[in-house]
Amino acid sequence: MDRISLSTTHTGILAAQPASLAVERAGDGTLVLRLGGDWLLREGVPSNEAVRRELESPPRPQRLAFDSSALGAWDTGLLTFLTSLRPLLEEHRFEVEREGLPEGVTSLIALAEAVPEKSDARAEGIERGVLERIGESTLEIGESLSEQLEFVGASAIAFGRMLIGKARYRRSELLLQIQQAGVEALPIVALVSFLLGLILAFVGAIQLQAFGAQIYVANLVGIAMARDMGALIAAIVMAGRSGGAYAAQLGSMNVNQEIDALQTTGISPLEFLVLPRMTALFLMMPLLSLYAAAVGILGGAAVGTGMLDLSLTTYYQQTVAAISLRDVLGGVMKGATYGILIALAGCLRGMQSGRSASAVGDAATSAVVTAIVAIIAAAGIYSAVFYVMGW
Amino acid sequence: MIQVSAKDPITVRDLTMAYGSFVLQRDLSFAVKQGDIFIVMGGSGCGKSTLMRHLLGLNEPAQGEVFYRGESFTRAEPERRETLLQRIGVLYQSGALWSSLTLAENVSLPLGEFTDLNAAQQRDVAALKLALVGLAGFEDFYPSQISGGMQKRAGLARAMALDPEILCIDEPSAGLDPISSRLLDELIVGLRDSLGTTFVIVTHELQSIFDIGSNSVFLDAETRTMIAMGPPKELRDHSDNPTVRRFLTRGEVASV
Repeated sequence: MDRISLSTTHTGILAAQPASLAVERAGDGTLVLRLGGDWLLREGVPSNEAVRRELESPPRPQRLAFDSSALGAWDTGLLTFLTSLRPLLEEHRFEVEREGLPEGVTSLIALAEAVPEKSDARAEGIERGVLERIGESTLEIGESLSEQLEFVGASAIAFGRMLIGKARYRRSELLLQIQQAGVEALPIVALVSFLLGLILAFVGAIQLQAFGAQIYVANLVGIAMARDMGALIAAIVMAGRSGGAYAAQLGSMNVNQEIDALQTTGISPLEFLVLPRMTALFLMMPLLSLYAAAVGILGGAAVGTGMLDLSLTTYYQQTVAAISLRDVLGGVMKGATYGILIALAGCLRGMQSGRSASAVGDAATSAVVTAIVAIIAAAGIYSAVFYVMGW
Repeated sequence: MIQVSAKDPITVRDLTMAYGSFVLQRDLSFAVKQGDIFIVMGGSGCGKSTLMRHLLGLNEPAQGEVFYRGESFTRAEPERRETLLQRIGVLYQSGALWSSLTLAENVSLPLGEFTDLNAAQQRDVAALKLALVGLAGFEDFYPSQISGGMQKRAGLARAMALDPEILCIDEPSAGLDPISSRLLDELIVGLRDSLGTTFVIVTHELQSIFDIGSNSVFLDAETRTMIAMGPPKELRDHSDNPTVRRFLTRGEVASV
């Protein structure tokens, strides 16, 4: 026996007989559906088109009967075919004789029909017009704005209560958050700001070398880092690192009803969960900004000494002369602001999160996006204000 | 209209629960008496758990009011609500233990907030409560390190931390094996008998409904309101509502 004939015999035994459907009229106005072969979902089943045609062509039959004597194996394929006939049958008010169907099929259909469909449970299929959708999303924007304002207000009150020592939170939680948002963020902030210091110095060096003014690379990098870049780098790293984590933590606590449990225990989730996170970022971000600025300047110095043949002392003195205390304070202030924005975005999205795994993921994404947009917007406002005030 | 009495731990008057325009249940009125083990039952999706959320102020009623000892909870100021809630312990369906705290810390957190006990005393109380639910020795475990049934029992220990007047339990036997579920039922009856705690239990577990329920309300998903009230055994034997009898006999009595 060669291999080909072997395989044909093999499939010949196991292969399903194709499902067949014959629609016949019996004399007394009965339409008989003869089901033959194997009605299996994976093999495909005949459509109900033939039945529909027959039902609608005159003279109209009154009854529907089944003959399943030639029916082989069946599964959900047969059941869905039968349930798909239901609207047709209801429309024309046919009597159905189910006796001809296998017993298992009748009992499964009875089970499916046991609980009547809840009339208003299905989503409305009405197409909504463009205007209606624009209106609805506008209303949603309004609602989410007022929710955000409410959250900011409530957080401010909680912060005030902490200052007068009335807020309920765990000190150990605050210390843990400070550790996570502080010490543990140092390596990644250092790496990013050192590289950005390098990049900034390279960009400046090419231009300034053309005028023989390469020493001013130190001014460029120093001022940029101290005033803006340090805080911005730290903020963007922390938005991804802490903001996303806060949203995910609070979101999964929401899924697990832990936030409900806090509320019914009489402990404000805002004080217990949001306050330590917000305080940690508010305290750590200014320090991280300073740190990022210092490391960024080091990056600039690496280019200055390595590529531009400046001595480390010259670069240092030039930087110190260029930066004023006002620049540094401005950077620190920006850092604190960004810290609050990141914590607010992360905690707000986490608390608003829905109760499913994907909702928690969405909350984390949305927290990072919200935080970064807020940071850039705040940076823009700060720059404009500082410029107008001549700082 | 139902009489609101200062003697009853909980009174619900004309409560309508809705999500937006979707009305879940309307016109619920019932009173939970002192020392009751009050069962809220009904088919799945009828709003049992949502009713519990309304009792706890986690959802706001679309209409109607909830009273604790004759005092309106629905109209109370947030701070008053907090005080009222201290009399109530809650066991959530999943246990809802705070995942960043150990079991002992979970139980002692409410103690630290609302009593003057020092840390050592709090720990003793926590150990006692955990022992009551059969978790002696698990004080320093985190919720993620123990099984679902144990989380549930630890949740009960936390709910009992402040010796509440009322304990609300959402699906006590969900996720428990038959023996633990039986032990939990015995614990509930024991607490009622010894401390006089009033229980509100959301469940559809017939065995425990008949074993421990002293009064009950039946929420119907079809008509969206309560269709029966009374001791579960009486409802099973004498209710004239076919839906209720079918539910309480697991459908063995055919609808009349």
